[in-house]
Amino acid sequence: MGIGVTSEVNAQRIRKYLAEGKRFDGRKPEQFRELIIEKDVSKKAEGSVRVRLGKTEVIVGVKLDVGEPYPDSQDKGNLMVTAEILPMSSERVELGPPKFDAIELGRVIDRGIRESKIIDLQKLCIEEGEKVWTVYIDIYTINDDGNLFDAAGIGALAALKVAKVPKYDEETVKANYEERTGEIPLNKVNPIPITIHKIGDNFIVDPTREEEDISETRLTIGISDGVISSMQKGNSRPLKVDEIMKAVDVANSAWKDIFKNLEKLLK
Amino acid sequence: MVTKNYTRSDGRKNDELRSPIIAKIGVVPNADGSAQFQIGKTIAIAAVYGPRKMHPQHSQNPEKGTLRCTYNMNSFSVEERIRPGPSRRSTEISKITEWALEPAVMLENYPNQVVDVHINIIQADAGTRCAGINAAAMALAHAGIPMKDLVSSISVGKIDKTLVLDLDKYEDSIFDEGEGSTDIPITMTPAGELTHIQLDGKITKEQLKEVIEMAGKACKQIYEIQKKALKNAIDLNGGKK
Repeated sequence: MGIGVTSEVNAQRIRKYLAEGKRFDGRKPEQFRELIIEKDVSKKAEGSVRVRLGKTEVIVGVKLDVGEPYPDSQDKGNLMVTAEILPMSSERVELGPPKFDAIELGRVIDRGIRESKIIDLQKLCIEEGEKVWTVYIDIYTINDDGNLFDAAGIGALAALKVAKVPKYDEETVKANYEERTGEIPLNKVNPIPITIHKIGDNFIVDPTREEEDISETRLTIGISDGVISSMQKGNSRPLKVDEIMKAVDVANSAWKDIFKNLEKLLK
Repeated sequence: MVTKNYTRSDGRKNDELRSPIIAKIGVVPNADGSAQFQIGKTIAIAAVYGPRKMHPQHSQNPEKGTLRCTYNMNSFSVEERIRPGPSRRSTEISKITEWALEPAVMLENYPNQVVDVHINIIQADAGTRCAGINAAAMALAHAGIPMKDLVSSISVGKIDKTLVLDLDKYEDSIFDEGEGSTDIPITMTPAGELTHIQLDGKITKEQLKEVIEMAGKACKQIYEIQKKALKNAIDLNGGKK
């Protein structure tokens, strides 16, 4: 991510195409690439998926473990979301400690899941004040061809839906991973982050890396059936009020398509 | 209790590799070369970037190129979640992987440059460093990096007194009877030279010789699988039908 890697020639051409409502790969501005979801790609996880949006690919895994509740939520389970942008996923990733983009990715996905209240954390309490389940959602990027946010968010939702909760062993006070019985208690919301990018005067969704490079501003909207539960505006170019309203409309209709797709792919 | 004749829980013969063994080429589109290697329930992906200029400049070697490996395990690849990010274990395995691969790679032509090999373990059931090395060797070849040959890697173990090939998770770390479990990961060139050996446990010189012979045979099998996957992935007709 970041401006200046896509050549000026390509940047100009992308803008020119967009002005006519066209994109290099033949998509419409508000159209996603093909979504592919593979389930149970890592069988030691309680739930795992490999999500592909075009050439962008992420693996998301859910693990559950028995832990202690936080002081301010004694009767609720815990949620932790992390993301690693692996150096494998692009020639631009530098070695070393997590950079801002990985931290932001983890935090934006965390808020989308947490604030939508999709996980019924109260049902993940084993013994109030003593033992609760901690749900870990860990995201690994395999190939970055743009729009890691939405791919990771779709992956997080899908992994939660396919996950199985291990049995709680009262004698050892630990999780028994040999016996995974129930499903994670989920409420009837389906938060998916949809990121809208502004290039010139045009809005697009699901950018390739080339398009993402020249995006001037982005707005990630965590949405479920018209209800917004998280937002993050990235980059410094401002947005007008009516542009934000338009972005919400775009996100809402994109959500409908993706959710329909997701349900079909998870069957 | 001592088990005189250890019988494998999954019914394998003592010199039998796990199945399935699946080698795939080109699994990371952005990379210059990439491969996936699965053996039993262990799955590794490797991606190669380079040769490209080494940064920072003081790390450059004007004599020859540098091979740089990173081994990373997904937090959910094991039963009890591990913390994401590098650990003492992954740091050591990264270096071991570099040493295991380097003799096969012709880095002389790339002074001041670096070839990066990134390994990611998606699912772990013992033998992850070997699976990572097998994937990495294929990824380097797929990236078109000049190589003398591939290398192949396998772990041999001693379970109580019995030598067995390609330990699974149970044999590697849970089995604890008699003399316990000894794990010996080995990497070899097709010419039979060892580019990597490690050992955890105890063993006699005679047994060690037998271990290396077992590893040699297994590495030849793996080598054929690696070679076949690479041949299948490359269009030998230059695009012509």
